[in-house]
Amino acid sequence: MVKSVTIDEIWRALDEVMDPEIPVVSMVEMGIVREVKIENDTVIVSMTPTFAGCPALDVMRNAIVEKLRALGIARVEVKTVLSPPWTSDWISEGARAKLKAFGLAPPPMHGGNVALYFDEPVACPYCNSTNTRVTNNFGPTLCRAIYFCRNCQQPFEQFKAL
Amino acid sequence: MPNNSLANKILSVADDSFILGHRNSEWAGHAPILEEDIAFANIALDELGHAQLWYELYQELTGAEPDRVIFFRSAAEWRNTQLVELPKGDWAFSMTRQFLFDVYENVSLERLVHSTNPRVQEIATKIRTEEIYHLRHTSNWVKRLGLGTDESHARMQRALDELWTYALQLFVPLENERELIAENVVPDLGILRDAWQEKTVTHLSASGLQIPENIDSVPNLRAEHTEHLAELLQDLQQVARSEKFGVEW
Ligand SMILES: [Zn+2]
Repeated sequence: MVKSVTIDEIWRALDEVMDPEIPVVSMVEMGIVREVKIENDTVIVSMTPTFAGCPALDVMRNAIVEKLRALGIARVEVKTVLSPPWTSDWISEGARAKLKAFGLAPPPMHGGNVALYFDEPVACPYCNSTNTRVTNNFGPTLCRAIYFCRNCQQPFEQFKAL
Repeated sequence: MPNNSLANKILSVADDSFILGHRNSEWAGHAPILEEDIAFANIALDELGHAQLWYELYQELTGAEPDRVIFFRSAAEWRNTQLVELPKGDWAFSMTRQFLFDVYENVSLERLVHSTNPRVQEIATKIRTEEIYHLRHTSNWVKRLGLGTDESHARMQRALDELWTYALQLFVPLENERELIAENVVPDLGILRDAWQEKTVTHLSASGLQIPENIDSVPNLRAEHTEHLAELLQDLQQVARSEKFGVEW
């Protein structure tokens, strides 16, 4: 059953499963899907949560299973791994551009020290101005903060560095 | 049984996060400003998420399922500190409590990421960055309210006077915790307390607040609770314990 599907094909299929909270980027581009393995007749997908309390975790797990079932894979196991912990540095270049087009400022590349970037200016995703201010470090989902652009006078959201 | 002392320790950590997250979620729709409604709800959700990870480890150590642990324990079986079970009070009270707890979590997590137990190490590493966000947020609020109006200052001082003794319970070791410290699974609570005290005192003083000098007797048994925990649990558990849910067990 599984033999007819290659690992590459599975990765490509998973790259079509969108992040439930940000429907313009896939879970692969976000670095949430960590590993795909085939053992005997079972496909094992390892995923890692972004924020620990992320309520979308079950939705993501189900979306992966559903997608692979649609490929004709009967046995799918989705494992949650914590190590190494997810970091926003894993968000791909392509996904960063899509976040921006979606009106969500991408997080800074922080190399493991988010606190260093707390006071760095965040560029507005609409006009690129850095004349912005944070209005709330917490947003409508765990992964977003809310900003205001003084240049184009619009509120916008940032995907938080983690 | 080192595994037993570890399970007890993990349960106490999970229960603290869970009960505090539950208390803070009571602010939903009632925070003084809309932004804060969102922020506090996020912090509450984070705490519940962290509790979930610790409950999963507890399950690995004991076999107890998180849902059973959360929904089917009586008050005397919970191992949270009294600090986190007290009613939410006013905004100054909840903010001060969250700040005192956040400093504790930060000084604790920055050591737990070096735990010799790989699961403890991994969970601590996972949640540490999120806690940095919490502490930044609550630190700002403590300063803003402490140095704000006479009214906000007075409320902050009152909250601190009431909470300080309760916060010290976080540093009362569990039975057999010494074994875990000796094996470098968890940090020495005496060292944590010193680090916590230094950070809280520095920030609270800079926020115009006086550190309480008369310390009442610190609650020392995590099996002992105020009447507020039973009320909270009744609220939390009644749905799960109702017949409809009960048939699944
Ligand atoms: Zn702009």
